[in-house]
Amino acid sequence: MSTISTISPAPRTGLQVMSAITLVTIGVGLYLALIFAGTDIDQGNIQRIFYIHMPAFFGAFTAFSATVLGGILYLTTRNPRWDRMAVAGVEVGLMLSLVNLFTGAIWARPIWNTWWTWDPRLTSTAVMVLTYAAYLMLRAGIEQPEQRRRFAAVYGILAIVTVVITLVIIRVRDDTIHPVVVGTGSTAAEGTFDVQATRGVTTALLFNLPVWGLLIPVTLMMFRMRLEQLTEQVDRLKAELMER
Amino acid sequence: MTPLFWRACWLIFRKDWLQEQRSRELISLMTLFGLLSTLTFSFALQLDRLSRVESVSGILWVTILFAMILGMDRSAGNDRENEMFLAILLSPIPRAAIFVGKSIANALFALTIGGILIGLMTFLYNLPLLQPMIFLILLLLVIGLASVGTLLATMTVQTRSRSTLLPIVMLPTALPLILAAVSATIPLIAQSDTNNVGATWIQLMVVLDGVYFGLAVLLFDFVVEE
Repeated sequence: MSTISTISPAPRTGLQVMSAITLVTIGVGLYLALIFAGTDIDQGNIQRIFYIHMPAFFGAFTAFSATVLGGILYLTTRNPRWDRMAVAGVEVGLMLSLVNLFTGAIWARPIWNTWWTWDPRLTSTAVMVLTYAAYLMLRAGIEQPEQRRRFAAVYGILAIVTVVITLVIIRVRDDTIHPVVVGTGSTAAEGTFDVQATRGVTTALLFNLPVWGLLIPVTLMMFRMRLEQLTEQVDRLKAELMER
Repeated sequence: MTPLFWRACWLIFRKDWLQEQRSRELISLMTLFGLLSTLTFSFALQLDRLSRVESVSGILWVTILFAMILGMDRSAGNDRENEMFLAILLSPIPRAAIFVGKSIANALFALTIGGILIGLMTFLYNLPLLQPMIFLILLLLVIGLASVGTLLATMTVQTRSRSTLLPIVMLPTALPLILAAVSATIPLIAQSDTNNVGATWIQLMVVLDGVYFGLAVLLFDFVVEE
């Protein structure tokens, strides 16, 4: 009886360390956001959602950047590892952009008196979500693994260009009501606040930015890449079994 | 870019053009779709005289986008019949020439129906659409859409879900172009004195066309590996 190859998952030490760091920093970040930072004088407690809302957007961008990088590296090296990074980036980025959209809607309800408005910033984020949802549809539509990786890499590169262009051109217009907390915003912005005015705001924001913008996307992507690798191994084993 | 490259582009373009001349399949399909879409929009939106100025540019460019998606999908599908595309790939010509030739053909089909639709809408809505600037916007829109569209259609035609996938992957990438085209057209139709606003959008479309065309030429090689 010939031996059948077994599943050999990648070492988990790095993953365990990253998970521990991420979980601890999420806890600290939530403490800073919910308890340590002072309550905003105009908006009250609802302003605290901002500590997750903005960092989640940056996290989505970190993940989508990994998709482009993965795509380019896959097309040049043809190593499936880079495709795993690309698909992990899309799924994690999609999740974080939804966090961004939903936290924004929850905040907008009391401050703007509406869940959603066709504001340039909101619209461009919605376009971003749909572009990457299309990426997943494309992947699902191709059966042959090599072709799937290749086409996904091409679309991943095209997608980031579209998203960046949309973000840039849509924000050139000055009729947005979305507040800009860091830097100068539109004069029509509703619901902005001064980071210097309340105690602890800067600390909470500066701590949560790398947590949501870097640690959470990277850790989740590591999990997703490992899952993809195991799925590929299971598929290979299934194929081997069928041949016996 | 050698003369040989351009000759290959010309031959690929000529193939699509001859095929169209003999079957008249794509242009009639796209024109009929364009007419039906225009009528449907008009009925659905119940456009009165004032709201027309705001909505017609949207209807015009979106209809052209949808018609182009239909046409490019069909054109890529035609190439797959009898393994014709494989034969083209086997011929000793640069892959980029295949892309350029097909994009030009797709763009010309779209320009034809764009011209028909603009004439028709001028007549139906009594709006000043027959302006050189509107035709410039049409040209810029079509160049950008034909570039990404030819790349994406070549990709989706090789997948299991084929035609259903092209609109899904194409619409998000088309959005910046549509947005710019609509924004550039509204002041032209309203004949307001804000032409410099329109000029900014037109410059933006030129940049978008350059980016999309360049990217599509670079990426085309990777979608036709067989």
